[in-house]
Amino acid sequence: MAHPFLKKDDDLDEEDEYSPFLGIEKSAVLQEARVFNDPQLDSRRCSQAIIKLLYLLNQGETFTKIEATDVFFSVTKLFQSKDSGLRRLVYLMIKELSPCADEVIIVTSSLMKDMNSKIDMYRANAIRVLCRITDGTLLTQIERYLKQAIVDKNPVVASAALVSGIHILQSNPEIVRRWSNEVQEAIQSRAALVQFHALSLLHQIKQNDRLAINKLVTSLTKGVVRSPLAQCLLIRYASQAAQESSFNSQTGDRPFYDFLEACLRHKADMVTFEAARAITELSGVTNRELTPAITVLQLFLNSSKPVLRFAAIRTLNKVAMTHPLSISGCNIDMESLISDQNRSIATLAITTLLKTGNESSIDRLMKQITNFMSDIADEFKIVVVEAIRSLCLKFPLKYRSLMNFLSSILREEGGFEYKKAIVDSIVILIRDIPDAKENGLFHLCEFIEDCEFTYLSTQILHFLGNEGPKTSDPSKYIRYIYNRVVLENATVRAGAVSALAKFGAIVDSLKPRIFTLLKRCLFDSDDEVRDRATLYLNMLEGDVVGETGNDVKEFLFGSLNVPLANLESSLQNYVPSEESFDIHSVSKEVKSQTISEKKSQSKKANPLGAPSASLATHVDAYERLLSSIPEFSNFGLLFKSSDPVELTEAETEYAVNVVKHIYDEHIVFQYNCTNTISEQLLEDVSVVVDTSEAEEFSELLSKPLKSLHYDSPGQTFVAFEKPQGVSSTGNFSNTLKFIVKEVDPSTGESDEGVEDEYQLEDVEVTAADYMKKIGVSNFKNAWESIGDDCERIDEYGLGVRDSLKEAVSAVIDILGMQPCEGTEAVSNNSRSHTCLLSGVFIGNVKVLVRLSFGIDGPKQVAMKLAVRSEAEAVSDAIHEIVASG
Amino acid sequence: MDSCPLVKNILLLDSEGRRVAVKYFSDDWATQGAKLAYEKSVFMKTLKTNARTEAEISMFDGFVVVYKFVNDLHFFVTAGEEENELILSSVLQGFFDAVALLLRNDVEKQIALENLDLILLCIDEIVDRGIILETDADTIAGKVATNGVDGSVPFSEQTISQALATAREHLARSLLK
Repeated sequence: MAHPFLKKDDDLDEEDEYSPFLGIEKSAVLQEARVFNDPQLDSRRCSQAIIKLLYLLNQGETFTKIEATDVFFSVTKLFQSKDSGLRRLVYLMIKELSPCADEVIIVTSSLMKDMNSKIDMYRANAIRVLCRITDGTLLTQIERYLKQAIVDKNPVVASAALVSGIHILQSNPEIVRRWSNEVQEAIQSRAALVQFHALSLLHQIKQNDRLAINKLVTSLTKGVVRSPLAQCLLIRYASQAAQESSFNSQTGDRPFYDFLEACLRHKADMVTFEAARAITELSGVTNRELTPAITVLQLFLNSSKPVLRFAAIRTLNKVAMTHPLSISGCNIDMESLISDQNRSIATLAITTLLKTGNESSIDRLMKQITNFMSDIADEFKIVVVEAIRSLCLKFPLKYRSLMNFLSSILREEGGFEYKKAIVDSIVILIRDIPDAKENGLFHLCEFIEDCEFTYLSTQILHFLGNEGPKTSDPSKYIRYIYNRVVLENATVRAGAVSALAKFGAIVDSLKPRIFTLLKRCLFDSDDEVRDRATLYLNMLEGDVVGETGNDVKEFLFGSLNVPLANLESSLQNYVPSEESFDIHSVSKEVKSQTISEKKSQSKKANPLGAPSASLATHVDAYERLLSSIPEFSNFGLLFKSSDPVELTEAETEYAVNVVKHIYDEHIVFQYNCTNTISEQLLEDVSVVVDTSEAEEFSELLSKPLKSLHYDSPGQTFVAFEKPQGVSSTGNFSNTLKFIVKEVDPSTGESDEGVEDEYQLEDVEVTAADYMKKIGVSNFKNAWESIGDDCERIDEYGLGVRDSLKEAVSAVIDILGMQPCEGTEAVSNNSRSHTCLLSGVFIGNVKVLVRLSFGIDGPKQVAMKLAVRSEAEAVSDAIHEIVASG
Repeated sequence: MDSCPLVKNILLLDSEGRRVAVKYFSDDWATQGAKLAYEKSVFMKTLKTNARTEAEISMFDGFVVVYKFVNDLHFFVTAGEEENELILSSVLQGFFDAVALLLRNDVEKQIALENLDLILLCIDEIVDRGIILETDADTIAGKVATNGVDGSVPFSEQTISQALATAREHLARSLLK
């Protein structure tokens, strides 16, 4: 890629492909650079050589250390030339070569001479070059000149010094701080850009002195700032200052708001936009404050310039997340943007409209989107599909038109990812909106009639097999499924056979028909299809007339009960012999990492898989595992399972993590253990728990693990009793006890074994363990509908915190609740924040929390906590959690 | 430099996405490969748009890019996604117009390569390590043109004979290669 032009040798004959750098080569150019050393400099030839060097560097060519040093030294000779054009190139070249410290010394004196030159252009450039390549030691020598340059009457020189100051401030702040008088003077400059650079530098010099900043901003907002760029900066500083002080003065008048509002009438678009954006980002902005900003943005929406339209719609899109109602006045303008040439603008317009839309406007919106969908790229379509999915969950009553929309785009052209996003959305809607089920299944049936993706076909068939038999008229799905058996490839045919069998097992009236269909499949050309058909026929045959046995249903609908990874490895190890493969020999122990893997994929995971969403898989897997243990069967419904908590350091002999399962009156610790020593076999593995720091808990039973082989994880359980419905907390210390046996890896024989112990880290049960993260779609409605009967409000000081962000996430973690409406995101530099949380507390009590945070100068954080729930005791409990956390 | 507007790169590519002149001001792209990959993806994503009359804008991978095309040259300016789009567009406009002035409205790849020194100096006068130096096309072109920075004669108002002289000088230079 370094010589893109060399590769074009074959079309040399094309006249317009001619380049002045055609066939250029590094070695030849380096040779040419020797002219720099001539005693009689030919400035034209020297310029030519430098341009060629710059060209090579720009194309990504690299010079070796020796080459670079060589070029650098010869370039320094060019300072002798009086040719100003050549001098400019020399400056550029020195910056590109970024010489090392001992080389810098060579040019220092030349550059310092230029810094004091009578020619402004030399002064400005020499300052920029010298400040770029120099280190701290030299700075003290040139500081005097830099201070002078800042107040130079030539604006280019002043800007060069100020911008260099901004860069030097990062590495040598103490030097630059001494310049504030000069910088202050430069702010008054009549040159626009000098004012901009001076303001930026002065603000950074004083950034830790809030009082000085406030004074600076206040005086400038009253004065005249000439450059639009400087005005934009001032707006940023003013809104920062406003954020910082808003928490203290809750009188209603927001400092600097009048200034921001006045900037909305500035003649430069960049300033009006900056001000409008700043207003929308004020924390806790009111609708009245928003209105003038929205009006400006609305005007931009109709601009002929794409950049303006984009900037406006992007800002409105953000406002829509927090204040959807305040921008409903722009809906008509945004609808016209759906057909915008710029697809980024169109997509932003759609997703904004989907957020602001109310129930009545959905139908009209859908009609417009339908036209738009045909001519945008798949990546944009996926964004739209996701927005529609969340809209549908927000307005379940509108499922019919949204579902129809999804099915119509499902029929159109599109790639796999896009189709998958649509199918996933339909499946989620079917799951969450019961009324939409039949309609949705029907759309999926239609889709597989003409689906080119085997993966999607088999997933849908599986889903149909699970959901279809439970509908009011299962028979209508049979035709769609059987069509697949006739028309598709072997993988899909096999999936269809399984789906048919499920209908046969559940719906007795359909059984004879299913039988006939399955019998036809016995003559299929593919082994797998024939095998499945034979298997299912035999299973269903047992009781053609009577009710199908539970084992059959269990076989068809239940999962294998063994982790697939374990089954796969057991099958690979199985040697064909007289003895048939025994599925019970497969280890049932879930590798804990497979669960965490699933979790990490949960966002992208396909919701069609066996039990729908993967989040559900996670919980379902636990539920199934626990209910298979008879001792736990009378504990009732599992309320919540925690994420695994590691109890050992990484890479120790035994790796153990714990999952806490919460029941109404019980708590079960599931210890997932892995033995990482190949020469050892552990037997009788159990965990001894000391509950002296957890008084409300009493140990009920412990379920040891018989044996723990190398690298195949196993679980041991300990169950406790606790008072009903109460969020008891405590600290549990754990010791792993086991009999360790030495194993000879070659023979597999083991010795007698000795008892041993291994200290694990403590497990803590906190109040957050009793809280299930359950979001609400419309917090305001939920908040009002729950009422203030059980409301509890109090204020807390949280002490000194790194940032507001850190404080907010700490409180969310302590409470273990679900943040709503994206309020967990705290914008940088904001001084106050409101966070909305929802959850379900043990005993199935719905809880809503509104947190208001504020941070002051020395990083002291204060918080107001308002809780509403369905029970007073729970509201109090939440306060207790915070008070003790 | 928390709240100062920052430019991450300025790119000038040809109609096949190859470099004419590029300058990176941030370390978001650490290697030459990352830079080339970014240029390719920007070029491909904007290729089909019509950015010839008005500057266009796009957002991807956490960057905002404004761009404008003329003849076989594609101009791009990139910044972080939180940047004020209009500030960015003023940088692009300054770059675009200054190049047009410097190339005497003959804005195409061939001429740009023949005057590569002017293009590189032009970028150097617009942004210094990410900080915007100047956005006014006349001033930029005036600083690049070798007759000094005192700005007594705005570049666009040079007399015909002056302009011709500069043009002749550049033409001669490229012929003498």
